Amino acid sequence: MIQTHTFDALVVGGGGAGLMAARTLAQAAGLRMAVISKLYPTRSHTGAAQGGIGAALGNLEEDHPEWHAFDTVKGSDYLGDQDAIELMCQDAVEVVLELEHMGLPFSRTEDGRIAQRRFGGHTHHFGQGPVRRSCYAADRTGHMILQTLYQQCIKAGVTFFDEFQVLDLVLSEGRVAGVVAYQIRTGDLHIFHAKAVLFATGGFGRMYAVTSNALAFTGDGPAIAFRNGVPLEDMEFFQFHPTGIYKLGILITEGVRGEGGVLRNNEGERFMERYAPTMKDLASRDVVSRAIYQEIRAGRGIDGKRYVHLDATRLGPEVVATKLPDIQDFCRTYLGIDPAYQPIPVQPTAHYAMGGIPTDVDGRVVLDDVKTVLPGFYAAGECACVSVHGANRLGTNSLLDLVVFGRRAGRDMIRFCREADLAPLPPDPAGPTLERLEQLRSSKGDEVPARIRTEMQDVMMDNVGVFRDAAGLQEAIRRLEELRERYRYVRVQDKSRYFNTDLLETWELGCLLDLAYVTATCALNRTESRGAHYREDYPARDDANWLKHTLAYRREDGGVDIRYKPVVITRFPPKERVY
Amino acid sequence: MKTLFRIQRFDPETDRAPYYREYEVELEPTDRVLDGLNAIKAYQDGTLTYRRSCAHGVCGSDAMRINGVSALACKTLVRDAGPKITVEPLLGYPVIKDLVVDMEPFFAQYRSILPFLINDDPPPEGRERLQSIEERERYDDTTKCILCAACTTSCPSFWANEHYVGPAAIVNAHRFIFDSRDQGAAERLAVLNQRTGVWRCRKIFNCTDACPREIRITEAIAAVQREILFRAVSS
Repeated sequence: MIQTHTFDALVVGGGGAGLMAARTLAQAAGLRMAVISKLYPTRSHTGAAQGGIGAALGNLEEDHPEWHAFDTVKGSDYLGDQDAIELMCQDAVEVVLELEHMGLPFSRTEDGRIAQRRFGGHTHHFGQGPVRRSCYAADRTGHMILQTLYQQCIKAGVTFFDEFQVLDLVLSEGRVAGVVAYQIRTGDLHIFHAKAVLFATGGFGRMYAVTSNALAFTGDGPAIAFRNGVPLEDMEFFQFHPTGIYKLGILITEGVRGEGGVLRNNEGERFMERYAPTMKDLASRDVVSRAIYQEIRAGRGIDGKRYVHLDATRLGPEVVATKLPDIQDFCRTYLGIDPAYQPIPVQPTAHYAMGGIPTDVDGRVVLDDVKTVLPGFYAAGECACVSVHGANRLGTNSLLDLVVFGRRAGRDMIRFCREADLAPLPPDPAGPTLERLEQLRSSKGDEVPARIRTEMQDVMMDNVGVFRDAAGLQEAIRRLEELRERYRYVRVQDKSRYFNTDLLETWELGCLLDLAYVTATCALNRTESRGAHYREDYPARDDANWLKHTLAYRREDGGVDIRYKPVVITRFPPKERVY
Repeated sequence: MKTLFRIQRFDPETDRAPYYREYEVELEPTDRVLDGLNAIKAYQDGTLTYRRSCAHGVCGSDAMRINGVSALACKTLVRDAGPKITVEPLLGYPVIKDLVVDMEPFFAQYRSILPFLINDDPPPEGRERLQSIEERERYDDTTKCILCAACTTSCPSFWANEHYVGPAAIVNAHRFIFDSRDQGAAERLAVLNQRTGVWRCRKIFNCTDACPREIRITEAIAAVQREILFRAVSS
């Protein structure tokens, strides 16, 4: 049985961006809105963010939104759109204060203000040296943002459809008409008919073998958009965070280095001094991740293995216990060590998708290089690409992106819902979804989804990771094509109706395969090195040919068409990037 | 190491009652119990059903009973739980399927204590509300809660009476009652002073032992009880 629900506005995803939008929408009188989330909202991956949210409050030393904007532009390796970046850094101050007013328990300075600390790539006077800009709540800032926004949504009486997984977008007459969702508990399909839909579905780091990302980070939103004709922007740029716990990939916040921790190789050398003389361990993430790999390649990994040490022992037990308590807990639980006394074994871990669904600064999804919108369709957070992160995101700017653009999207959706009518539902809107699920459920093939997933994760890690070249990328594309073909014969073991996670995980694998393929294709196409995209066969940045965004469109035959979009430059002309 | 999992199974479509199934998995001692479940689901039995997401103890999805104790599968290592591991759903909420319980009553308990900042004064223009480090410290411990339900489902008082609001809800009430910026303490304390409130706590400490975030829950509940008494005496 298929139920149909009607709303003005729908938010898909219950993390930071989704809940910020929901809270904004809930303030609009008479507007019918709901949040649909495949997890209980407090399980969302925003809660795993640790180190802080960037805003030039200047609580501890002089700071300005202009400096923040410059750092973000430079961090993006000049691929970020500067109009959007300036706007985000201006909004940052107001939105962080708004979070505090909602009750967010920030750590405090001696005079009772929001505490701030240093973070990678954040500087004063346009690159002169590190600045305290990251507003933090111990090392669980994301957890506090997620909890606070959820609390505010409860207060505002937001309607939640928890554990409903969106499987398709419904379009009609060239605009959005709603979504199709699967109620996990009952196995029923639901049609949500709406004027405006926001995708805030998060990232897709699970395409890699070593990742800090949640198991739920399978790129459902971008994959659904892509299958419905929406392009994906800048997919070749995927951030590897320098400090994931060796093998596990669990994030160790940059806040450890912000508080004074340093990276060391097997000789005990603080090697970042050689790679980034000014910012050292606080250079931006792409720079530090590459440096770690270069040390490992030169035989200076610890015990000849593929990791280095993050040394927090110099902070002293008091600082570790009060400012980095969760890090201490992770190290004790998973490594059996105390970071106050022993170095942490770390390796770069797949962390954040700079690319995603292209939007303008109001969260409206845009389909091409002249900003043609798909009316009623919005995206915000990691699944979106505004683009404020360009080729490499700075730490603390993801939480900022969520709340700034979640709020802006919510505001624009209110305007849109006031002006627009419901688009009529097409006949049988759930038909394609039903068919796809039935195919998965009744497949007679014998391909094991977990094998395909593991092979995809390994090939992405080996060939589409921190270092890339044409041969490796061609090999990755060939392997991914093969895996996509095998996926057609995948076997779902669980045929049951209720809470069928086997079916949903297999469906999610299809999303990851599509996005991995787009990522590898865009990476092969971009013959330069910029930010997180490093081509060993093209090691230099090439502004003459590549100062432009990639837009990847799905072809009917399953391939990818690539087009481009210019970068918006306002006040910071591209310069050489040195930390 | 060879690890034997004994897992409680139940599919409402086909089973009248729960039963146990055993699986053998090869794991590293430093692997998580969740790694074992994932390995079983991936390569032995795709029908095994449980919730999971972050896999490192911050999202609260995979609370379950491991060797009889509520815990997160992603924060329990095989070295500590093995080599024979019994896995069952949390106690006290209806089982939906295998290790998945109905969390709706848990979140209803959470919502009952008004888990949001209550302060009707307009916030200061252009700056934060001030709070000293000491004021912030008063409720720091209870801000760590991830709503996994390990505490509430290990509380004998909750097992005995499902209407008891439970430790998790009290922890979240504590987080606001002792926040210097909040003005809603009286409303929350009124909820918690009812028969289903804090007085059902018998100081058994199961909640404190079960909390994967190491929140001193029993202490927080006692602080709320003292606050009710203090306010009764001083009014």
